[in-house]
Amino acid sequence: MVRQYETVFIMTPVLSDEQIKEAVKKYQSILTDNGAEIVYENNWGMRKLAYPIQKKSTGFYYLIEFKAEGELIAKLETAYKRDEKLLRFLTVSLDKHAIAYNEKKRSGGMRKQQEAANQVTVKAE
Amino acid sequence: MANETEIKYLTPITVETQRKKYCRFKKSGIKYIDYKDADFLLKFVNEQGKILPRRITGTSNKYQKKVSQAVKRARHIALMPYVADLLK
Repeated sequence: MVRQYETVFIMTPVLSDEQIKEAVKKYQSILTDNGAEIVYENNWGMRKLAYPIQKKSTGFYYLIEFKAEGELIAKLETAYKRDEKLLRFLTVSLDKHAIAYNEKKRSGGMRKQQEAANQVTVKAE
Repeated sequence: MANETEIKYLTPITVETQRKKYCRFKKSGIKYIDYKDADFLLKFVNEQGKILPRRITGTSNKYQKKVSQAVKRARHIALMPYVADLLK
């Protein structure tokens, strides 16, 4: 059964921009090559972690939302586990309320909040 | 100085009235609790980062389960701490 999923992964901050792009591309191709349809992607960029993971206090976040068969998740997660550049990953399936929420967020129903949040991060940099 | 026994307060005394608790998700019609929104989830944890019980927040059972799931997911991807001091 095709379901909608959302996956977030955190990469180590020691990577260069190109390595990050390469890794992201790798996961995108794992998804698309196995018949998944990528719905949305969001690059959160470098973020401070709430607690250190593998002695690192920052991480590079990337989010992908996609539609796929359930068997693909196991493949994706084994690829995640084999990757030493990854600090953490999380894959969740989305129910109808979650899909509606994400669509509303994307179409700008909560744009003001996001803009405020973006301004804060710009200042922090 | 006619009435010295009469006590007058500058501000009216506040009588502790128990306001009825309500579930904020039911009231405002929120169906999905986003684990990525750490600022919002901060309302449901104490300053040590522990999830607040239902009897304090007034959340209904249905949404308390979703809150706790969202907080735990947020902790996993390091948006919220597992343990903290002076979180707020």
